[in-house]
Amino acid sequence: MNEEKNNGKIIEEVTSGEYKYGFFTDIETETTPKGLNEDIIGFISKKKNEPEWLLEYRLKAYRHWLTIEEPDWALLNHPPIDYQDIIYYAAPVQKKTLDSLNEVDPELLDTFNKLGISLDEQKMLTGVAVDAIIDSVSVKTTFQDTLSKHGIIFCSFSEAVQNHPELVKKYLGKVVPYTDNYFAALNSAVFSDGSFCYIPKGVRCPIELSTYFRINAANTGQFERTLLVADEGGYVSYLEGCTAPQRDENQLHAAIVEIIAHANSEVKYSTVQNWYPGDKNGKGGIYNFVTKRGLCEGYNSKISWTQVETGSAITWKYPSCILRGDNSIGEFYSVAVTNNYQQADTGTKMIHIGSNTKSTIISKGISAGYSNNSYRGLVRISKKADNARNFSQCDSLLLGDKCGAHTFPYIKTNNSSAIVEHEATTSKISEDQLFYCQQRGIDSEKAIGLIVNGYAKEVLNKLPMEFAVEAQKLLAITLEGSVG
Amino acid sequence: MLLNIKNLHVSINGKEILRGFNLGVNNGEVHAIMGPNGTGKSTLAAAITGREGYEITSGEIIYKGQNINNQSPDIRANEGIFLSFQYPVEIPGVSITNFMRTALNAKREFEGLPAIKAGDFLKKMEEKKKLVDIQSKLTNRSVNEGFSGGEKKKNEIFQMAMLEPTLAILDETDSGLDIDALKVVANGVNALRSDKNAFIIITHYQRLLDYIVPDFVHVMFDGKIVKSGGKGLAIELEKRGYDWIKDQMANR
Repeated sequence: MNEEKNNGKIIEEVTSGEYKYGFFTDIETETTPKGLNEDIIGFISKKKNEPEWLLEYRLKAYRHWLTIEEPDWALLNHPPIDYQDIIYYAAPVQKKTLDSLNEVDPELLDTFNKLGISLDEQKMLTGVAVDAIIDSVSVKTTFQDTLSKHGIIFCSFSEAVQNHPELVKKYLGKVVPYTDNYFAALNSAVFSDGSFCYIPKGVRCPIELSTYFRINAANTGQFERTLLVADEGGYVSYLEGCTAPQRDENQLHAAIVEIIAHANSEVKYSTVQNWYPGDKNGKGGIYNFVTKRGLCEGYNSKISWTQVETGSAITWKYPSCILRGDNSIGEFYSVAVTNNYQQADTGTKMIHIGSNTKSTIISKGISAGYSNNSYRGLVRISKKADNARNFSQCDSLLLGDKCGAHTFPYIKTNNSSAIVEHEATTSKISEDQLFYCQQRGIDSEKAIGLIVNGYAKEVLNKLPMEFAVEAQKLLAITLEGSVG
Repeated sequence: MLLNIKNLHVSINGKEILRGFNLGVNNGEVHAIMGPNGTGKSTLAAAITGREGYEITSGEIIYKGQNINNQSPDIRANEGIFLSFQYPVEIPGVSITNFMRTALNAKREFEGLPAIKAGDFLKKMEEKKKLVDIQSKLTNRSVNEGFSGGEKKKNEIFQMAMLEPTLAILDETDSGLDIDALKVVANGVNALRSDKNAFIIITHYQRLLDYIVPDFVHVMFDGKIVKSGGKGLAIELEKRGYDWIKDQMANR
């Protein structure tokens, strides 16, 4: 009894840490009026000087969206979202085209500096190229020249539409069609900016690529669109990060990420998601409804998703792999932390189509406070997928006794040669572990950080080195004030 | 006096376990606490280290001249109190190296010192590993995860060597050890003995005391010390068993 009380107190202390990125930058912003209709979509498309076919694509998506309903199968609770009360386009006002960093609004540079993201190539983490996106537009992509020497295209989505329309047209919606789901349809209608990356045949991208998403303007939604294509034998490691100001109202983020991996190529996609999670009482925070999917199109291709989810009031996201190419490999490594009143329903889908396809799922959920954390995953082995293999491990860690952890694994096998393994555990940080650490002089807050990071290590190890340390700190901060 | 426990009463969930326990420990001394199961030996260790759930209803624990009855466990640890656990707990995913660096730096921070340099830390690790005959591989493994009984106890003594406590409490460190491991553990403890620290060795059997020779032996029964003496008392206990003490108590 005493033990329970004590655990509760420490967990409470550790998880009530403050959100570090809650500031707002006062910059001149151009926005559309609230609400969504064909005129708004036309405005966005025109603003971005898009070709006719893309406007058509948006409108088709919008018309489809009008006919469907928001999904309700996830273990999430939120008041109905008023889609007419959202601003669908917000852009910092800046000079027309940017030829150098000197032309970026200093306020914007300062914003990214505060976030620890320097857009000055000299001062940057060596070996990481960044596309910085604020609200609906990309403000700067670094190291473009270096990359183009290798034939790699890395730019904002809007730029790609202008400069590489044939590639965009070829791949857009190929993995996530606008008919896929409600939020995918919405994104396809109103997507603003995001990153585009193309790795040519046989090229190993020499540096990490990353996109940093920042929501700044109030009442706006962010609808980014990212498209990554690795041609035959290509390799790229890509990382996205995200933050938002602290506000009392909820803001919607509905993104799409599509990855196409051709024969013998490999794409590693890592996410450190730290949108504003809302306050201790569950007020405010980002609603994060995201569709991420990769297509292992060719023989021996590989897509690996790693995610560290610490932010957002609501997370609804299932980064998935379609293993179409024979011998292709899909991986999903996830750490999802929820605290206070956060809700996460996240997992993956591994769709085995080709023969000898392999997938690995490692999911680590950590719940504290009054939060709810669910793993939802599907492993489907189709008829032709001979000798398919899957290994899934879903662990849940509970801090305190008012939070919830849930696991919803779905396995559908239509081929008798498949081997599918699923392991699941649920544990609590024990008073024994806490006391053991304390007896070695480690205070309870540090102890929780240590234990949680140990628990998540398998996944954190998959992150690019530069970000693993950050992610570890983030886990500890997210759980600050949660131990007891 | 390094540690002075005066008339200590400790309850767990309202049940009194320690009932007027008294003990004085000076620097340079080794005290053995013996006694049958269920007399409160481990409760004593928990009370001194400040474990939650062990309620001090009366009496005092004075350490380095200060009443520490209400001090948090991590502060006591950083003040130099170390417990070698009877059942060391597993911490998956946290390597011993990482765990020790965190602990050592917590102590250094407490003392107002900067974090230890990586090179110095590794040197210290190597030195202390030799002391308890720990394989290098072991320190890369997660704390106590999949360790044998012997490895767990060696790891406790290794941590003690790393943290260099002023007061070390060994709770049934000999339980589950074969004779070779017992010798290694004892040698480690003996190497750390100095006139600047003290040890309290809680044990059920006297065989550990063949290797770590105590200055004082106390027999605990029913929550307090009922008999104290030198090394000879332990040998007598081994011969005559605890019933002899129980009979003595009954005939009082």
